[in-house]
Amino acid sequence: MKQFIGFLRKEFLHIFRDPRTMIIIFGLPIVQLLLFGKVINTDIQDSKIAILDQSHDNTTREITSKLLSSGYFVLGEELFPGDDVEDVFRKGKVKMVVAFGSNFEHKLEREGKADVQLIADASDPNIARILTSYASGIINDYVKKEKLQNIQLPNQINTEVRMLYNEGLKSVYMFVPGIMAMILMLISAMMTSISISREKELGTMEVLLASPLKPIQIVLGKVTPYLLLSFINAMTIILIGVFFFGVPIKGSFILLVAESFLFILMALSLGILISTVAPNQMVAMFISALALMLPTILLSGFIFPIENMPLPLRIISHAMPPRWFIVIIKNIMLKGTGIMFVWKETLILMFMTFVFIALSIKNFKIRLE
Amino acid sequence: MKEKVIEVRNLVKKFGSFVANDDLNFDVFKGEIFGFLGANGAGKTTAMKILCGLSSPTSGEVKVAGFDIYRETEKVKRNIGYMSQKFSLYEDLTIAENIRFFSGIYGITPKNRKAKQEVLLKNLDIESSKDSLIGSLPLGWKQKLAFSVAIFHDPKIVFLDEPTGGVDPITRRKFWDLIYETANRGITVFVTTHYMDEAEYCNRVSIMNEGRIEALDTPENLKKQYSAKNMDEVFLKIVRKAE
Repeated sequence: MKQFIGFLRKEFLHIFRDPRTMIIIFGLPIVQLLLFGKVINTDIQDSKIAILDQSHDNTTREITSKLLSSGYFVLGEELFPGDDVEDVFRKGKVKMVVAFGSNFEHKLEREGKADVQLIADASDPNIARILTSYASGIINDYVKKEKLQNIQLPNQINTEVRMLYNEGLKSVYMFVPGIMAMILMLISAMMTSISISREKELGTMEVLLASPLKPIQIVLGKVTPYLLLSFINAMTIILIGVFFFGVPIKGSFILLVAESFLFILMALSLGILISTVAPNQMVAMFISALALMLPTILLSGFIFPIENMPLPLRIISHAMPPRWFIVIIKNIMLKGTGIMFVWKETLILMFMTFVFIALSIKNFKIRLE
Repeated sequence: MKEKVIEVRNLVKKFGSFVANDDLNFDVFKGEIFGFLGANGAGKTTAMKILCGLSSPTSGEVKVAGFDIYRETEKVKRNIGYMSQKFSLYEDLTIAENIRFFSGIYGITPKNRKAKQEVLLKNLDIESSKDSLIGSLPLGWKQKLAFSVAIFHDPKIVFLDEPTGGVDPITRRKFWDLIYETANRGITVFVTTHYMDEAEYCNRVSIMNEGRIEALDTPENLKKQYSAKNMDEVFLKIVRKAE
């Protein structure tokens, strides 16, 4: 035990003495979270629109003020009949133009229908889609509530949309689980593999193996500090998510902690596996960065929906541990489900951990022979 | 008869069909400086790894420090020191921290450690640098320190894997003074080297070629036997004969 504590002290000294390690461990999670949470925000807020109002009646004015007071839009420019709509897009001043047809109020009251055109700048298709759907939602809502209450329309189907588990469609709800998966992969898998392969590269691994320390003690000694740090990081990310971004934890906090712990163990065993194949730090870093980080970001469903991927990528995504972790975290935090609903994903993560450890032991034995 | 600290009988190590060590037999005695020579790929690193418990033999009997290498690996490891060719200290830790870590591994009590550390620093004349990082020290210092740390727990045998690579002749000479001192204290020194002048410093020398030990004797006897002026010639004659 004393040997082990001595080993841990040494490991922590390595970590605290290396500025790069310190930045990755303590700076990166916070920067990432703030970056994804605040800066790279796919939520619509204060988007500039232009209004082209050909009828200037009470209804169009009210709709306009509804749009502008929604918080999603601000008035970038007012257009007049005859103005070139494309021109404002080309100048890049606005993202969408709302054009009311002439005699809007009149037509609406007499004929029960009127024309409004939403023209969006679809050079950014996602934003264009979101803007138009928000705007038409607001317009429909207004017309239904204010104008059509007294008019009975035959056989009309009213669709009512509710966004469950994330009513405000906040993207940070998605980013918190995603960043947690990414940071834990980075710190657990990458830092562990680098730290073990560094001992190999510097020749100290041979000295350790020639000492009375057992290989399992060496591995545990290398892994434990990162287990602790990853765990602290996971908790920090959850806390920032909850208190700073208002992400709820609807399910059991203990289950959330336990699942995070399982994911960290999985990532650590993956890190050990990488270090058994990597001869030096550079290779360990490349394997971690290329084989872990990119797929984690691209194929885990963190940024791009898995359902939209072509079949081969969808199949590959099954092998990505973060994919399962993100499902688990979203279920627990946003839907408040218990282990009953995530046992399958949990078992998959356990199985992966087991496979990584088994492969590491096998590789390690081959190396020693 | 001197006490045997290493006994090797019929040691064979195969990697697949490649025979790295082909039926090695030799003894090493207490307090002796034993040179382990051979060209690159002759199998000396493999043999040394087996003696240190880093690798297990395919067949044969090996006893190190009186313990069986198969069944008493842990006891073997407690009684040996090892220094790799890369000096093997942690560059981002200070001298004192390195000593603390390695003595912790070998179960040396803090009280013992402090007393021994003082002696070590005094002997190497680096008392004032106790808290400098290893990375900031000159190569010669690192090498001496690594050696001193490798024998800090008073092992019966210390294994040195090409300890003087990349060091200038003066520093090498000083390093060998340290090796002599250690041998005088009764610690056996088992050293691999490429430098033939260093082979002359050893009490006995074994020369390996293609997995076999071709010659094993004192440098004087070897020179007589091969009627050579120096170890360099002996080495070349043995390797060429084998070809």
